[in-house]
Amino acid sequence: MSMVGDAISHSVLPGIVIAFFITGSMQSVWMLVGAGVLGVFTTFLIEFLHRQGKIQTDASIGVTFTWLFALGVILVTYYAGNTHIDQDCILHGEIAYVPIDLLYTSSGYPVGPKAVIVLSVLLVLILFFVIAFYKEISITTFDPSYAQSIGISTGKWHYLLMGFVSLTTVASFESVGAILVVAFLISPAASAYLLTTDLRYMLLLGAVFGVISAVGGYFLAYWTNGSIAGAMVTVSGVIFAICYLIVRLRK
Amino acid sequence: MIIQSENPALEVHDLTVSYDKKPVLWGVDFTIPKGALCGVIGPNGAGKSTLIKAIMQLIDIDSGYIKLFDRELDAVRKKVSYVPQRESVDWDFPASVMDVVLMGRYANLGLFKSPRKADKEAALKALELVGMESFRKRQISQLSGGQQQRIFLARSLTQNADMYLLDEPFAGVDAATEKAIVEILKNLADEGKTIIVVHHNLQSVENYFDWVLLLNLRLIASGPTKKVFTPALLEETYGGKLTLLAEVSELVKKGEFKAREKH
Amino acid sequence: METLIEFFSFKYPNVKYVVFGTILLSISSSAVGCFTFVKKKSLIGDVISHAVLPGICISFLISGSKDPFILIIGAFLSGWISILVMNKIIQNTKIKEDAATGFSLSVFFGIGILLLTFIQHSGNAAQSGLDTFLFGKAAALVGKDLIAFGMIAILVLGTVLALYKEFKLISFDPQFASVIGLPTKTLEFILISITVLAVVTGIQAVGVVLIAAMLITPAAAARFWTNAFHKMILLAAFFGVISGVSGAFISFTAPSMPTGPWMVMVLSIIALISFFFAPGKGILIRQYKRFVIQRQLLEENLLKAFYKLGENENHPKREITTNDDKLKRSFSSNQLKKGLKKLKADGYIIATKSGWKLTQEGFQKGKRITRLHRLWELYLTKYLRIAPDHVHEDAETIEHVITPELEKRLQELLDFPTSDAHQPAIPP
Repeated sequence: MSMVGDAISHSVLPGIVIAFFITGSMQSVWMLVGAGVLGVFTTFLIEFLHRQGKIQTDASIGVTFTWLFALGVILVTYYAGNTHIDQDCILHGEIAYVPIDLLYTSSGYPVGPKAVIVLSVLLVLILFFVIAFYKEISITTFDPSYAQSIGISTGKWHYLLMGFVSLTTVASFESVGAILVVAFLISPAASAYLLTTDLRYMLLLGAVFGVISAVGGYFLAYWTNGSIAGAMVTVSGVIFAICYLIVRLRK
Repeated sequence: MIIQSENPALEVHDLTVSYDKKPVLWGVDFTIPKGALCGVIGPNGAGKSTLIKAIMQLIDIDSGYIKLFDRELDAVRKKVSYVPQRESVDWDFPASVMDVVLMGRYANLGLFKSPRKADKEAALKALELVGMESFRKRQISQLSGGQQQRIFLARSLTQNADMYLLDEPFAGVDAATEKAIVEILKNLADEGKTIIVVHHNLQSVENYFDWVLLLNLRLIASGPTKKVFTPALLEETYGGKLTLLAEVSELVKKGEFKAREKH
Repeated sequence: METLIEFFSFKYPNVKYVVFGTILLSISSSAVGCFTFVKKKSLIGDVISHAVLPGICISFLISGSKDPFILIIGAFLSGWISILVMNKIIQNTKIKEDAATGFSLSVFFGIGILLLTFIQHSGNAAQSGLDTFLFGKAAALVGKDLIAFGMIAILVLGTVLALYKEFKLISFDPQFASVIGLPTKTLEFILISITVLAVVTGIQAVGVVLIAAMLITPAAAARFWTNAFHKMILLAAFFGVISGVSGAFISFTAPSMPTGPWMVMVLSIIALISFFFAPGKGILIRQYKRFVIQRQLLEENLLKAFYKLGENENHPKREITTNDDKLKRSFSSNQLKKGLKKLKADGYIIATKSGWKLTQEGFQKGKRITRLHRLWELYLTKYLRIAPDHVHEDAETIEHVITPELEKRLQELLDFPTSDAHQPAIPP
């Protein structure tokens, strides 16, 4: 399913532009809604082309996300000048600007950067989802037909999980950009998967690797005067390489 | 030859199933008595696994109905346990033997609850039964084919069901495992539980099963092994493909027909 | 119209460059795209396109120049390395293909972004324009680019032409290819190399993200129109050319519009049209076929009912009123209304004073359907051991499917029967 995450991260672009066009505001909430709708639409379209059109999955993913991304870029160009959105920001968002966009209480007191607040809420939601439904998520991914046979709906849990992937992507790409979100989705998890054989440890270890990449990336960016997001991904790539070597040498 | 049983545990009535619009089971109609240890026998592509999946409602059926203990599946789901083919899952999945066996208890747990002590005990007991208790912390990718099959059976056993449906449990397992599994299944049948097993090897049929279904796109025979496991009926199951039937299946698929017309 | 003429007269050299550049690019990427498509590895183009960024940055850092040839060498190398990394991960670990794809794609790109921003912030004056590699600059192609594109297109297409049958075989059945002694590893190496080349040049026109579409979309669309691989490649290239020319034309008429995204837009529209309307495989065409069959079923079922009603009274062409109880039981009034209208239009029944009557053709057809129904019932009971009281439902569908040729074989197999499982006569 990793590549569906990649597809979603690109195809949310037109959703964001349309949300901006309708509401005329750069409010994160509306952008999230627009992007969320497009994220679900993407998953649906990929499934539809695969099931009804009998197009192999890799091609239906490829056709879907490039089409929607092209649409997004065309819309952005059309409204160019009115928005702060450009494809540059979609491709590599800048986490360094996050503290500038503050959220204020009604009395004008700054609560904190918007992106941080949105992401914190999301983190709590995801933690709740994973802990509360650990059982259901793990059984439907491991053995869907057995899950179905004991009466647990595979489809429902699949779409819930993809919904969360979509939300995470959308909420974070303002900070790190569409493609690098994908790196954060896959790289720490893949590194952890190499080292452990227990799903619980894998979840924990993945989170730890994510944190190390973030902190390490920040310092690497500071040192090289480069993009923070790019540096974080580079660190996560290095972590993966180390895990890969450990596993290869163990054999 | 189709011998019906009185007071059946499983009744399949006039079942037609298509796969990708092509009919793969035609008008299958049989009953299986309570406490039977039943083998589903037939060549590759005969629709054996399809039959099991149709019973478990994992695939849509075109016509007919299925009753378990005289009820719909949803009403008796907790009394029925299904063991999928071993190859159907990714054995690299990060889970231990215990994790997988505990999944058998998930149905009874419901949302938000994690396995209780009693569930863990049930899982341990099942592992003991299949002779795998010392492997409970082992990662599942490190198991042999036979061991994987054993823990799949153990997972099923924790459900304490009254009917077990096993899809090719002997495919790619060692002789010792096969023997152990048959022993367990025979004991279950003696306790009055109904067991249905998709099976390949004709040599062992008479030793393993007391009831046999002979299947090849259509049902050829159903009944006690002694009566229906005969050379003539086997010849009909394995020999002479029904080319006409195959061609008609192809035509149905090409024409975007539904296998059954709905009025 | 005027703009169209103006556009195609190529009065402006710039237009000429853009049109020919995009055409060359489209043809070569569609051709290699067909191979990645049939190998079910369409997303490889996406991986390569993202992975070239670090290569471009490093070769700029080393050479300090923006010469397209030097940058392309760097891009080519890092594109290749990303594919190697991906394959190594799949081979040596338990990580599956899609995760390995996503990993190499995004991590290479992350490293690229880090290097790119490092170069930008280091205040190197010559760096401006490096990021055209990210977004493409189709509308700003110049003569020098055209030469580079042309050479690469010739190289890619020449290789595909020369090694067509070998590539086809290693895509379809690599094991067989190596068994018959083809150097599969070398061929695979060449195929991936020209894919990387096509991607690397394509990026300069449409950008990192959209180049994937130039590979995948024409191939996926072409697949819907043909089952022959060489036709598929030609058709994909043709779709590519259409999109290239239209993209160039759109940004010619509306200069603010980006060429690359419009090319992909046009391609996607072609693909969507193919997915829905291509004869045989299109989604809507299949739906329509189903609808036609439903209507045919109704017509044949009515004729059968007419025939059987007459048969019961030994009066084959009996007049039938629409109030007939038997008809009303088996058909809804809406079905009757529509079906009878169609039957009349087709000349199978004629209206009489009080109802309807079968024509000679209608009678023959009704008889045939009834015969097929009963033949199939007999076949099911005899060969499939299905109980006589269960065969009727099955026969209801099959009677409409059987061809005259199958009918003949069925009769021979059943030894020209005269009565069926329920014992009514099988009409000759």
